[in-house]
Amino acid sequence: MAEHDVFVVAEQLEGKLSDVTFEMLGKARSLAPLLGGRVVAVLIGHEAQGLAAQLGAADHVLVVDDPALQHFVPERAELALRILLRNEQPALTMIASTSMGMDLAAALSAALDWPLIAYCSDAQIADGLVVATSQVYGGKIAVETASESQHTIISVIAGVFPAAEGQSSVPAASMQTVASGVSGADRVRFKGLSMPEAGDVDITRESLLVSVGRGIGSKDNIEMVEELAAALGAALSASRPIIDSGWLPKLRQVGKSGLTVKPKLYLAVGISGAPEHLQGMKDAELIIAINSDASAPIFEVADYGIAGDLFDIVPALAERLAAVRSE
Amino acid sequence: MGINIIVPVKQVPDLVEELEINSEGTDLEREWLKYKMNEWDENALEEALQLKDAHGGTVTVLALASGDVDEMLFTCIAKGADKAVKIVGDFEESHDNHTAARALASAMRAMPYDLILTGVQAADDLDGQVGVLLATYLGLPHVSVVSGIEVDAAARVAAIHQEYAGGIMANFEVDLPAVLGVQAARAVPRYAPVSRVRQAMKTATIEEIEAAEPVGAGAGISVRRMYKPESSGHAEMLEGDTDDVVERVIDILRERGIWRA
Repeated sequence: MAEHDVFVVAEQLEGKLSDVTFEMLGKARSLAPLLGGRVVAVLIGHEAQGLAAQLGAADHVLVVDDPALQHFVPERAELALRILLRNEQPALTMIASTSMGMDLAAALSAALDWPLIAYCSDAQIADGLVVATSQVYGGKIAVETASESQHTIISVIAGVFPAAEGQSSVPAASMQTVASGVSGADRVRFKGLSMPEAGDVDITRESLLVSVGRGIGSKDNIEMVEELAAALGAALSASRPIIDSGWLPKLRQVGKSGLTVKPKLYLAVGISGAPEHLQGMKDAELIIAINSDASAPIFEVADYGIAGDLFDIVPALAERLAAVRSE
Repeated sequence: MGINIIVPVKQVPDLVEELEINSEGTDLEREWLKYKMNEWDENALEEALQLKDAHGGTVTVLALASGDVDEMLFTCIAKGADKAVKIVGDFEESHDNHTAARALASAMRAMPYDLILTGVQAADDLDGQVGVLLATYLGLPHVSVVSGIEVDAAARVAAIHQEYAGGIMANFEVDLPAVLGVQAARAVPRYAPVSRVRQAMKTATIEEIEAAEPVGAGAGISVRRMYKPESSGHAEMLEGDTDDVVERVIDILRERGIWRA
């Protein structure tokens, strides 16, 4: 039994642990003493001992090894975790708030009848119970929520805790390989990974980015932002709604389900700044944001903000830049 | 043949509006709040309507009766949904997703379906995404952050993509029935003109189902404090008319060595 422990579900893709795994381990290190337990990393996969060795920030590593878990399949990963967590009964289970984690956290909450606090950007222990802070309503509102249970699941936003505190050059003191129990779970079948087709522009390598968001209103208006990008010598990127609408290619997307960028300049046009977007661009050296809503979360991470009408400012800025250059 | 699709839909506060916190600091001040259909649910509905066009069958929208859901449901009908059902029960306006998922699951046990499409998330999913909760209560397979759904109605399987960071996608084959959390439909969600919505209000009816009692045990969490995040490092706001602002931006770009002209 692990009733005082903090379990961290490691996330991997293509043989590489994601940063959020180490971020969660670092946070778990600070929470576990408050619960009087250990930090236990859970790694699901097949022949992933090499990855398990990287989880040394944990006191103990549980490896669920099964050929059926070679690739992430929501149904199998969830079932393996369901069996494991039911046996171990940890106080707190941390799962990444990612595409993979989304299928795990809520399903485990429903299956185990343990509360889930989603989209967490912080967590603490108060009177022995988990109290977590979530970012909701597109990052406009923070909520501090207390669990009412001895067993709690939280889903953790990537990029909110420092990864360094969860990294260790030496493997964990103890490691155990456990059986998965997932045989027969085959209603969801892995058929391969698709890598993105190489685009004309790699926005992760561009030093100047002009990024367009929902505020642009229609596909036709994107040309106006393209003109600004051209005037600046910048590449054009976008937030999720623009990509989901099919107005720009997928490889132009900045944020959680897109790419992480760290340009010298990130000029955000009509982007409100949902947590999923901020995650992908908050480390840019200079952030300037134009948005009609003065309370938009993008202004929390921007260096300079303009609360105004992008349809006035963008063409005026493009025109002025072109004029200055030709002077 | 054809496929019967259920799309659970809900309304969320319109984030374009200013959000205020209630005096207890535990919820939004909802009295004057403007609601709109969850944008991911709009995508789920669009995808369902596209699949119906391709394969035949029906699209049923399903919602908990809280707040003003009728207009949303009639709008779904105006867009092409065949049937709208609302679950009537003692739901608070800010009900949690565990409660919603239990109510949806109990209503669906009496409904025929081959596929359930939900929006992958909503702006107020404090206790997790409703589609995954629903799938688990119904014992169905589920995949979140899905796009590119292709259904083989005869074989009762769907081929889908699950989107990861950096444009990487996993390809899965899923046995139906399943719950898929739609990230983006294959087309921009259609718009229903007001005239069509009005017509739906006159001609269509919303079917009502009583929620199984009790409504639910909640989500096992309690909100201690809701607040607007304090700005740890808020942007310096550039004030003035458009010309002033443009000159300031160019000055800043010059100072940083980004603009050399």
